[in-house]
Amino acid sequence: MTDLSVANAAKQTVFDVEAVRRDFPILSQQVNGKPLVYLDNGASAQKPIAVLDAMDRYYREIHSNVHRGAHTLADRATTAFENARETVRGFLNAESTREIIWTRGTTEAINLVANGLAGRLQPGDEILVSHMEHHANIVPWQMIAERTGAKVVPIQVTPEGELDLDSFNSLLSERTRIFAITHVSNVLGTVNPITALIEQAKAKGVLTLVDGAQAVPHYQPDVQALGCDFYVFSSHKLFGPTGIGVLYGKAQLLEEMPPYQGGGEMIERVSFERTTWNTLPYKFEAGTPAIAEAIGLGAAIDYLGRLDRHGMEVAEHALLQRANQLVETVPGMEIIGTAKQKVPVMSFKIVGLHPSDVGTLLDQQGIAIRTGHHCAMPLMDFYGVPGTARASFAFYNTLDEVEQLFAALQKIQRLFA
Amino acid sequence: MTATEQDFKNNPLGTQTTVGDVTDAFEFLDDWEERYAYIIDLGKQLPAFPDEARVEDNYVHGCQSQVWLIHHYDEASGKLFLLIDSDAMIVRGLAAIILVALNGKSPRELLTTDIDELFESLDLFRHISPTRGNGLRAMVGKIRDIAAAEAAA
Repeated sequence: MTDLSVANAAKQTVFDVEAVRRDFPILSQQVNGKPLVYLDNGASAQKPIAVLDAMDRYYREIHSNVHRGAHTLADRATTAFENARETVRGFLNAESTREIIWTRGTTEAINLVANGLAGRLQPGDEILVSHMEHHANIVPWQMIAERTGAKVVPIQVTPEGELDLDSFNSLLSERTRIFAITHVSNVLGTVNPITALIEQAKAKGVLTLVDGAQAVPHYQPDVQALGCDFYVFSSHKLFGPTGIGVLYGKAQLLEEMPPYQGGGEMIERVSFERTTWNTLPYKFEAGTPAIAEAIGLGAAIDYLGRLDRHGMEVAEHALLQRANQLVETVPGMEIIGTAKQKVPVMSFKIVGLHPSDVGTLLDQQGIAIRTGHHCAMPLMDFYGVPGTARASFAFYNTLDEVEQLFAALQKIQRLFA
Repeated sequence: MTATEQDFKNNPLGTQTTVGDVTDAFEFLDDWEERYAYIIDLGKQLPAFPDEARVEDNYVHGCQSQVWLIHHYDEASGKLFLLIDSDAMIVRGLAAIILVALNGKSPRELLTTDIDELFESLDLFRHISPTRGNGLRAMVGKIRDIAAAEAAA
């Protein structure tokens, strides 16, 4: 074989889900006497051994505080911690690690930006969000709107669960200062056409923030290509540990923004007369950071980098397709969110059944899903439901698991018949 | 429709259907499907709940489903009567089990009843444990508060 045909053969290899599953020890257990079928990845994804090992090794071998010590362990911890930042920079294709701020998660990242931009807002200014946002991309803006007299304005959603572009076009105006939009809806799975939206917003001089929490488990964003001012996500949905997330921000904006919290690390010099701030990214990282978690996130991204990203996307799409095919096998089942561009997330209702009944009885069969309002009450109101049941898939889920979900739903329906 | 004294007293749960009935029935249920079918059936025994009682004061917070709870203290017999409603079938069934254990008792008797033990013996404890956000814990807490207030009165 020539080198070229070897490369082609490698490309054509089918994504080996069984091999990948062996990297996630939590998946091979029984729950309520049944093999676990974990379909709550939208709430939090499971962690590969590579992440568990990286965190374990950190605590066993190099734990120390970062950026401070005059000793070897401190150097090693700092190196590992800053290497993780470089890994995140590479993942997002940011220009510099100065633009990568560690936060506790998406929520804290959005709060940080909202607070940092509050000084630019005046009464009558508008913050444009959408009707499909998670509360984390609504409430921080409402809080600064309250403080500044600005207004939070939601873009409408179509019944299919897509952004209403006419609504966007009519609401993006001279008054708009900030446009904060989710890349992928946590309830509907809709992938928003953010590239075009950001371009339009930027043309009007509007600052743009993208909530990438639900997007990064499925796509690798390129912040320079997107052109957004801020992109935020959480580690735990990206197969990394809880307690850490990322704020990407354009360096110039981050420079202009005031610090979020005061304390250690974020200062250059403190006196009672005058305190000056540390440089980026440390200006926004008061206190001892989540070091092991940052290293764990770095390990998660490295792990994903070793997988066949294209093969993963194809496999995930097949899961969603199979699920869509099987909907008709459950009478009275209705999918909420049928956008053309979707990640493998399926919110649904079943006539006559409360989502919490569905969740409880799936759990009995070893199947983990999420039920409730998914921190998106405005969207629940739009669809006129108290909540939905949501199955959210990851690349380690199998077609067999999709089929088990539907067999279990059929069983539940018989129980209520 | 307003809840009359008779509506409260007509609730079969805890008066006609007893804890013994439920534990006996559970012994004959083999798998989860039979158990939950039974729980769902019990939920169907909850008496109709008056529409105008579905107000904030009677709302039990902390549930994914909507849960309402009202009570009537019968001076003559010294017994406390309860009505519960929910839009989720399994919550209705579990509420029925709570009523079987707590409805139509004197407040003092009610306060000495160990509901956790009952749920444990039925292998349903995880539904009522503090880690579950389904509001059953809140429901029991509200009933005990009512009983404590009546016992102190």
